[in-house]
Amino acid sequence: MSDDGHAGDPTPMLDAEDISVSLGDTRILSNVDIAAECGDFVGLVGPNGAGKTTALRALKATLAPDSGTVRIAGDAIDSLSSKEVSRLVASTPQATTLSFDFTVEQAVEMGRTPHLGRFERADSGDREAVRAAMERADVAQFADRAVTSLSGGERQRVLLARALAQETPVLLLDEPTANLDINHAVNTLELVADLVREDKTAVAAIHELNLAARYCDKLVLLADGAVRAAGPPNDVLQSETLADAFDAETLVTRQPGTDAPLVTPLADRESIDRTVHVVGTGGWAAAAVSRLVGAGVTVSVGVVPSGDATAERARELGCETVTVPPFAGVDADSRGRARELAAEADAVVVAGDVSDANQRVVAAARRVVAVEGEGVPATDSSRTVVATVDGLPEAVAMVPASDGDTASRHRVEGQDR
Amino acid sequence: MRFRNLTLAWTLALTALLAAVVTVSAAVGPVWIPPDAVAKVLLNAVAVPTAVDLTGATVGVTTQPIFGFQVRELQTQIVMRVRLPRVLLGAVVGFSLAAAGTIMQGIFRNPMADPSIIGVSSGAAVGAVGFIVLPVTLPLGLGLRGAAFVGAVLAAFGVYLIATENGRTPVATLLLAGVAVQTFLGAVVSFLLLNAGESIREALFWLMGHLRGASWPEVWSSLALVIVPFLALLAYARDLNVMLLGEEDAQSLGVDVERSKRVLLALSSFVTAAGVAVAGIIGFVGLVVPHVMRLLVGPDHRILLPTSALAGASFLVATDTLARSGATEVPVGIVTAALGAPFFLYLLRQREVHEL
Repeated sequence: MSDDGHAGDPTPMLDAEDISVSLGDTRILSNVDIAAECGDFVGLVGPNGAGKTTALRALKATLAPDSGTVRIAGDAIDSLSSKEVSRLVASTPQATTLSFDFTVEQAVEMGRTPHLGRFERADSGDREAVRAAMERADVAQFADRAVTSLSGGERQRVLLARALAQETPVLLLDEPTANLDINHAVNTLELVADLVREDKTAVAAIHELNLAARYCDKLVLLADGAVRAAGPPNDVLQSETLADAFDAETLVTRQPGTDAPLVTPLADRESIDRTVHVVGTGGWAAAAVSRLVGAGVTVSVGVVPSGDATAERARELGCETVTVPPFAGVDADSRGRARELAAEADAVVVAGDVSDANQRVVAAARRVVAVEGEGVPATDSSRTVVATVDGLPEAVAMVPASDGDTASRHRVEGQDR
Repeated sequence: MRFRNLTLAWTLALTALLAAVVTVSAAVGPVWIPPDAVAKVLLNAVAVPTAVDLTGATVGVTTQPIFGFQVRELQTQIVMRVRLPRVLLGAVVGFSLAAAGTIMQGIFRNPMADPSIIGVSSGAAVGAVGFIVLPVTLPLGLGLRGAAFVGAVLAAFGVYLIATENGRTPVATLLLAGVAVQTFLGAVVSFLLLNAGESIREALFWLMGHLRGASWPEVWSSLALVIVPFLALLAYARDLNVMLLGEEDAQSLGVDVERSKRVLLALSSFVTAAGVAVAGIIGFVGLVVPHVMRLLVGPDHRILLPTSALAGASFLVATDTLARSGATEVPVGIVTAALGAPFFLYLLRQREVHEL
């Protein structure tokens, strides 16, 4: 944030510097720095027990750090009264303790508490804020229902509405999507992203790395109470960093359609002993390549124009790839090599757009697994199965392995040359 | 607006109920006085100040009755001198216990909390039984009520101090400290009773809770002791609502949780002490009445607190009427428990009472 947008704003909206917290004899956070400028959406990511919730508690002053300072808009948070803090920072808790019969409207109204004096009553402005917050969090239809009668995900949205009714410049969200289905999870994060565009500042602990990568401007990766990496998602979510923080092998690629990183955990289970040739271009084929490599399948790719998302992905993952220059058409050598790979493989996976030249590559396949979506080729159905990107490894595992049968390969070579 | 009207409607309805219960209760006794005659007596007693005399050493207020209904003098005497002090004292005590019970259930977020949970009643019992049994005279001319009041406040304060560390008072610690202190003070009371000799009957009668021998000065003093902290509690009703969300949430909504807890505990202990000091230990009012009212008006303390208090007043006046209308008078504490416990169990079985 230099000269664009928030020019001349030298102090970050929220700035935690060198925070250390111990509970009893256990060190929960060591020398943690978290900064968020006005209009930033910062995601706290990290394994369970990394200290994400504790960090959020320090940021909203419900926990005083042993050392370090938290500043909000330049003021040290411990110099502010809890009422003053609550006009600056709204938060949603992780576990919902709303277990009594307040109605949704009453619960959201509690968000107005910071703005009301002891003897003051809610006025029309307060009621408008409550109504608007319920609309935005999509809970207006539950207004008169008891909070106890709602599902976990609905309650989580009620808590978000309460935080919105607080009308603070800073929002702290602890696992805002933990109980939500994917649709509401995306809606919730879209809403936070919208709020951030309206110059609010949000910090959220988010478990799901790919959602965090997609919506946050910055990520702070915590592990064992320390910051392992901080910065734009692409810088933070690197295989080596993640291996260190999560103690797990991951595969980092790109999410289809965006520049956000896509993290695929590599399961410890036995990898699938198959070879697959992927035909197709664009995000779909790239996702298929990632998924298959992630599952331990040996993958080759082609023919793809160099520079295509799939070519890039295949290169990153070290797959054998047949590329041609963009817009140059497919030469006979490349096609021949791709047909060879396709014929050798246990199956050919078809994803995304398939050019005419590549149709001939597909034709060389013993088996075809087509990825559900646009451009599923009309092929001889007896050797074709259709699978989703997520279901690809299972579909490939069902394909019988070739037992070093080279006859077909030779036959194909003979025909093509 | 809707909420305000609802609060007002409930408050008015329960005030009317209380007036009716008081009238009927004052009609019942060895001599039956028709309720309409009681009502006339009560209305005749309503007076407005007409002149204030500031010339003398003390301020003199001249009052003028508004109504002048014809009532037999004997009936006026019975109602005003004998029955009304007791009935009104019952109303004040019921009011205080139900109000304090509502607050304690809210603070502890626990449906089993009642006004004596932090040792108020046990402290009062030690004070009262000690005063009855031991041959001591207290300073400042404190009598039985004074001893009970002081004991109650000291016990509550002691529990609070025990449970507080570094300026924080976790409710779980408070609850356990309260239980332990109650047990200890119970032992003290038992020991005192063991050596009570002649006075054991008086001590037991106090422990069972009764409203016998009420007088106008007692009514006025306990009313004053209850109503002022009650109004302060009303000002904290919204904080208490937010605190039901859990202390962490309450704090992030700008409630100074530790301070609010301290104020609420102090005020509700004071209110309880004022009630227990004049009436002894009367159980179940502070437990059952808030539950029933929560079923009727919901969990919002801005409406729950006043309605519970008024309902508690009506409940204790009604049960005390039963307690004194038998052949021999029964301590009202026995009647409230005998009626309250089965009713509470009924609610429990209906799954109406399970959480706040």
